[in-house]
Amino acid sequence: MSTLEGLHVIGEANFSDHGANRLGASALMQGLADGYFVLPYTIGNYLAKAELKKIDADTPECKATVKEVEDKINKLINVNGTKTPSYFHRKLGKLMWDKVGMARNEAGLKHALEEIPKIREEFWKDVKISGTGAEYNISLEKASRVADFLEFAEIMAYDALDRDESAGAHFREEHQTPDGEAKRNDDDYRYVAAWEYKGVGQRPELHKEQLEFENVKLAVRSYK
Amino acid sequence: MNLKLHIWRQKNNKANGAFEQYAVSDISEDMSFLEMLDVLNEDLIVEGKDPVAFDHDCREGICGACSMTINGNPHGPEKATTACQLHMRKFKDGQEVYIEPFRNKSFPVIRDLVVNRSALDRIIESGGYISVKTGSAPDANDIAVAKSKADVAMDAAACIGCGACVAACPNGAAMLFTSAKLKHLNVLPQGQAEKKKRTLAMVDQMDKEGFGSCTNHYECEAACPKSISVEFISEMNFEYAKARATAYRD
Ligand code: SF4
Ligand code: FES
Repeated sequence: MSTLEGLHVIGEANFSDHGANRLGASALMQGLADGYFVLPYTIGNYLAKAELKKIDADTPECKATVKEVEDKINKLINVNGTKTPSYFHRKLGKLMWDKVGMARNEAGLKHALEEIPKIREEFWKDVKISGTGAEYNISLEKASRVADFLEFAEIMAYDALDRDESAGAHFREEHQTPDGEAKRNDDDYRYVAAWEYKGVGQRPELHKEQLEFENVKLAVRSYK
Repeated sequence: MNLKLHIWRQKNNKANGAFEQYAVSDISEDMSFLEMLDVLNEDLIVEGKDPVAFDHDCREGICGACSMTINGNPHGPEKATTACQLHMRKFKDGQEVYIEPFRNKSFPVIRDLVVNRSALDRIIESGGYISVKTGSAPDANDIAVAKSKADVAMDAAACIGCGACVAACPNGAAMLFTSAKLKHLNVLPQGQAEKKKRTLAMVDQMDKEGFGSCTNHYECEAACPKSISVEFISEMNFEYAKARATAYRD
């Protein structure tokens, strides 16, 4: 269970024993292992004992969320610009692929952090969505996702810039061994970075969750 | 390549639907069928028209979302292939293509090509599970599964719940789907305790949803993107009859 009562982080989202990078097979194995061995102790156990009360749509939290979503939908529909949601998705995707991909470096990440807000600004000025918010609407759905990506992409770039070492799928080109392997810096970066969202366009706040290794010794991971 | 599309447009479940014509040009033969629709939708949005709503998620043939009937074939003309995995090189330049939603009374149209397939979910909910004790994890290898049984369970589990079998069936039956879901669990040692209950519950739910019954056309197997075998249907009928006939004992 996470620090929130009833919110379990499990399967692909659980990163307790593979590190923070979720890559194909390790994510799959985590899902299988958690499903078989960890679930009965956790979610199943929780559900068997939990009192699941009905939540009323009149609660202030629910009302606030509904309003927030409705406002966002109206804002998106009212832009009424000239470019489709996919146009922005591709533009952002290309930038992320080039500058925030597996191999990244300081200059590229700084460039991305300059470009993402520009794409976001253009999006909120010029996106075009067909139809209304009161119907099944695939272009609105896509636009909502792209709006989220435009915020999340920025946090990814901040995180990659902040972690001035190479680790797993985060390969900072500045930090590599002569034969091109990832070079970690355990003295300075032995922590999980939890970024706190501070609002659109605001620098997220970094919370470091220190990693303590009591039983295993940190060593170089090499596939050679 | 250029194509002439006839696409079923229907605003919602209450509205009447009709085919509308669209021309798409410069379609690459390396595109998937869904990418071709993406291209059309980009143009429609820019023109201020409603894009064609269609369901999709994985786009790699594993989620079962991309339900649509293409030139009369659920998931299109290619054998054992979902619409998302169908390539445009299977079509000819200038060809006319008819695209419509999966047709079945139990799959109400939500919009255009998108249908509500929750009826299949309800069949699974009625019995497609194995009850577990909570609070303790099982030992890794304490239930041995024979290779032959694991293989059959795996074949059945390949069903992605897309509903093409239903759309292909002249009776609108969901028997290929239901039988695959039943076989997946009924063949495994873990599934034995609830086998009878499960078979009765899932078949009864299938009937309740208004799906038809099999009269051996085998259109389902031909349309199925995962090549699920109709043998599972015969076995489901056998297991159901057995469970019904002996239900008084429980
Ligand atoms: S049996 Fe085949 S066609 Fe029917 S739902 Fe499963 S995968 Fe789809
Ligand atoms: S989109 Fe998932 S199977 Fe086609």
